[in-house]
Amino acid sequence: MEFFTLHDFMTYTKGITYLVMGAILIFMPLYWLYLTDRDD
Amino acid sequence: MAAQDKPMAKNSIFTPFNVITGIILSAGLVLTVLRFTQGIGAVTNLDNTNPWGLWIGFDLLCGVALAAGGYVTSSACYVFGLKRFHSAVRPAILTAFLGYALVVFALHFDVGRPWKLPYPIFVSQGTSSLLFEVGLCVFLYLTVLFVETTPAAFEWLGFKRLRSWVVRLTLVLTIFGVVLSTLHQSSLGALFMIAPSKLHPLWYSGYLHVYFFISSMFAGMSMVIFEGSMAHRWLHHKMDATHLAESDGVALGFGKAASFVMMGYVGIKIIGLAVDNNWHYLTTGWGAWFLVELIGFVLFPAILYSVGAREKNLTLIRIASLWTVLGIVLNRLNISVIAFNWHLPSAERYVPSFMEVGTTLFIVTLGIVVYKFIVTRMPILHEHPDYKEVH
Repeated sequence: MEFFTLHDFMTYTKGITYLVMGAILIFMPLYWLYLTDRDD
Repeated sequence: MAAQDKPMAKNSIFTPFNVITGIILSAGLVLTVLRFTQGIGAVTNLDNTNPWGLWIGFDLLCGVALAAGGYVTSSACYVFGLKRFHSAVRPAILTAFLGYALVVFALHFDVGRPWKLPYPIFVSQGTSSLLFEVGLCVFLYLTVLFVETTPAAFEWLGFKRLRSWVVRLTLVLTIFGVVLSTLHQSSLGALFMIAPSKLHPLWYSGYLHVYFFISSMFAGMSMVIFEGSMAHRWLHHKMDATHLAESDGVALGFGKAASFVMMGYVGIKIIGLAVDNNWHYLTTGWGAWFLVELIGFVLFPAILYSVGAREKNLTLIRIASLWTVLGIVLNRLNISVIAFNWHLPSAERYVPSFMEVGTTLFIVTLGIVVYKFIVTRMPILHEHPDYKEVH
């Protein structure tokens, strides 16, 4: 991916970062449920 | 029967442990004399291009990270009220105190001139420097840990009044310890933010301080589990029924927490890649090494922890704790030594001398010997009979 302006770079990297963060926000509660579902 | 025909007394001082540690400590003393009489150049491969080596990368960075069990355990017990971890507090605090004490001890080898140690705090404060902040925090936190360790010593010595005074300070000291740990664990990472052109982009990040702090949490928890399993194996006779009964719960609880934090850590490492758009480095040799660290020594033990916690498999959790400790060592060495000055030709890269490795071994061995000396005498792995049920 080529960037010509800082705006291009920020738009691209922020876009990917928000997608990753969204995935983490969904994953982490599910992972917590996986860790604790056999607790007494 | 002649004297030489008699069987060796059962409590002979020439046990394998004593002989091996005696040899290492003797060699370490020789290296110490060499370092302080011949200078740092006589015993290390450090130079102006690589002024920080194994002593900073391992003794200091790993020492501080692996001593994080103190603030993690005491905050879990006293701040979050998880009293089922109470039996792990004293061993964790002792390990943290010895860890930090040895960090300061090791720093003398690197800095030299031990009589100048108080200067940054009391004589010439560099308040705009991260190193000053790290130094101040380590100085204060070492003092806090020392005070937190004293109740065990006072119980051993029979100083009941002094003990009761210090025990009243427990919550204040714990909160102070958490604040100081948050500050300096992160600042140690922030130190490397001054060198964006030297540290490989996969390890350099604007979030380096966050990475150091988050990783110190699971480093501390893993160290508590690992140390607990070692104590269970070698110092079983020093543990009372309460400690033996609670040790499995500590390993399971900390294993579960460490797994969750490690998964979060993997997440923020991926965010770091995305923010700096460093994906293309992953296809290089350095990228492969980065993935070995992140997948092999963070994601993999996190999964081991999770399976161990779900299946109540303590062996798996103990393996994961050792794996995680090694991962923390690898991470800190990657940042301070391996991926530092990565662009230099191999002839100019730093490789520690055998005397640096020997000195590090000496310091670690010293820590083990002092730990063993204390836990075999003071109520660390057991409760003092006079203070049972007093918490």
